[in-house]
Amino acid sequence: MSRTLIFGALLAGIFITAALVSFVWTPFDPAVLDIPARLQPPNGTHLLGTDHFGRDIASLIMVGARTSIAVALLAVGIGMSLGIPLGLWAAARRGSLVDEVIMRGNDLVFAFPSLVIAILITAVFGAGAVNAIIAIGIFNIPVFARITRGAALSLWERDFILAARVSGKSGLRISVEHILPNITNLLIVQTTIQFSLGILAEAALSYVGLGAQPPTPSWGRMLADAQTMVSIAPHMALMPGFAIILTVLGLNLMGDGLRDLLDPRLRVTRT
Amino acid sequence: MWRYTLKRLLSLIISLAVASLVIFAVIEVAPGDPASFMLGISAQPETLAALRTELGLDVPKVQRYLTWVTGMLTGDFGTSYTYRIPVADMVAQRLWVSLPLALYALTLSTLIAFPAGIYAAARRGRPGDMGVMGATQLGVAIPNFWFAMMLVLLFAIKLRWFSAGGFAGWDEGPFAAMRSLTLPAIALALPQAAILARVMRSALLDVLGEDFMRTARAKGLTARQALWRHGLRNAMIPVLTIIGLQFSFLLAGGIIIEQVFYLPGLGRLIFQSISARDLIVVESVTMLLVFAVIFVNFCVDLAYAAVDPRLRART
Repeated sequence: MSRTLIFGALLAGIFITAALVSFVWTPFDPAVLDIPARLQPPNGTHLLGTDHFGRDIASLIMVGARTSIAVALLAVGIGMSLGIPLGLWAAARRGSLVDEVIMRGNDLVFAFPSLVIAILITAVFGAGAVNAIIAIGIFNIPVFARITRGAALSLWERDFILAARVSGKSGLRISVEHILPNITNLLIVQTTIQFSLGILAEAALSYVGLGAQPPTPSWGRMLADAQTMVSIAPHMALMPGFAIILTVLGLNLMGDGLRDLLDPRLRVTRT
Repeated sequence: MWRYTLKRLLSLIISLAVASLVIFAVIEVAPGDPASFMLGISAQPETLAALRTELGLDVPKVQRYLTWVTGMLTGDFGTSYTYRIPVADMVAQRLWVSLPLALYALTLSTLIAFPAGIYAAARRGRPGDMGVMGATQLGVAIPNFWFAMMLVLLFAIKLRWFSAGGFAGWDEGPFAAMRSLTLPAIALALPQAAILARVMRSALLDVLGEDFMRTARAKGLTARQALWRHGLRNAMIPVLTIIGLQFSFLLAGGIIIEQVFYLPGLGRLIFQSISARDLIVVESVTMLLVFAVIFVNFCVDLAYAAVDPRLRART
């Protein structure tokens, strides 16, 4: 395994673990306000300092990780559960009307400025984590559909697929039994990339007040709170920012490392 | 080339038609009646009905859609419910902030990315390459609005070189206006520059492995000469695509950055209109942004069909 993969997995793992641990333990109760202790810079008691309500930032980041990770994970889930079948379907019926409609639909979603539409959706249907998941998820569908179709198309030309067709298997069975297992590597890599993009998108939506609503902590909301405080308490902006950057960086490095590990052909051409 | 252009044009029109339907439908199902929002909960039913007639809310949906679309085609974007002025005027005013911001950011991003990508490709596998690639990994991971806050902290609050927000206006002269757009443009450009530098590097590396590059070297060109004369031009196709896509991202990303810097651009207009239930503004501005994105992509398609005849033949 490459060092990139290990380093990336470690970084992302720290925050995923923190999110899980926060269900049973946080250094302080992130919901309790402690006004006398407000705006403290990082110190022995509050390792990452406190916010304008005296809440412990380390605890908020741990609980906020849950929101960011859950939103991103579910959004990627939407993209995969709709995009992969669509891609497989388009590849199985390549050149047909179905293929054309699916691919043109993909182009259309791609053409939309995703953030504008996410803002539109959350603004019209109400701000909140669920609508944020749907808004981010919609834009994951064409990503998975396109990459699935592309990879599946080249597989359909291969001899072992021909053998499966000769043996009388339907397009659906071939897609599920032969195509899907052979493109899993590619999909795993894409999933880590989309996951990291989802975390960035969630942070942006929460930052403008369209994601998770108070009192649910999220990294984007913490940054929105920090904006007016940045001159007197820079740590309020720095800490959640570092959390986002390190998680996204970790996931991206993991994606790179996984690609090298799972796709030996790329490794050969890259070196 | 004509066939290709016609085909792209047709798909452009279909995309726009579907986009307008989707945007109209989303706004239509939006909860909250603009008329009752404007008049408050104690409004008389007659007043409400009168206002609905005035705003054109009482005609059938299909007719309203057609009125909206034909209006957009002739440059009439409707009249704002809250400000009672033509949406086109509001958009024109805001465009003078959003468009320069996007172009400024695009310029910065290209100016950073090209040298970085070329440098990394020329030094593949050496420390210089790894340094640039490490920096781009970091650049991709940084949320631009967070980076914007850090820029404000450093350059506006600590060093006092720039103002922390607001827009000087073009009346103050281009220098003052560009100055207030500088920090927002840097914040927008950095993550894009990181992506573009990576694309530039990998496109160049692909080209460097081609036979014609070996021929160029065999003719006696140095590695550097071959890179500049033959490598760059051939690496431009993927790079152009990404620049086209980035423009759309910069327009959309501008929405968040405008919030950070309190810039009176299209993004803030959308947010203000959403909270005021001024749906005709939301509808028209969103459609305009979508149009800009689809149109830029259309131009990119045509541009590289012109650059690369093989693409024309394929479609």
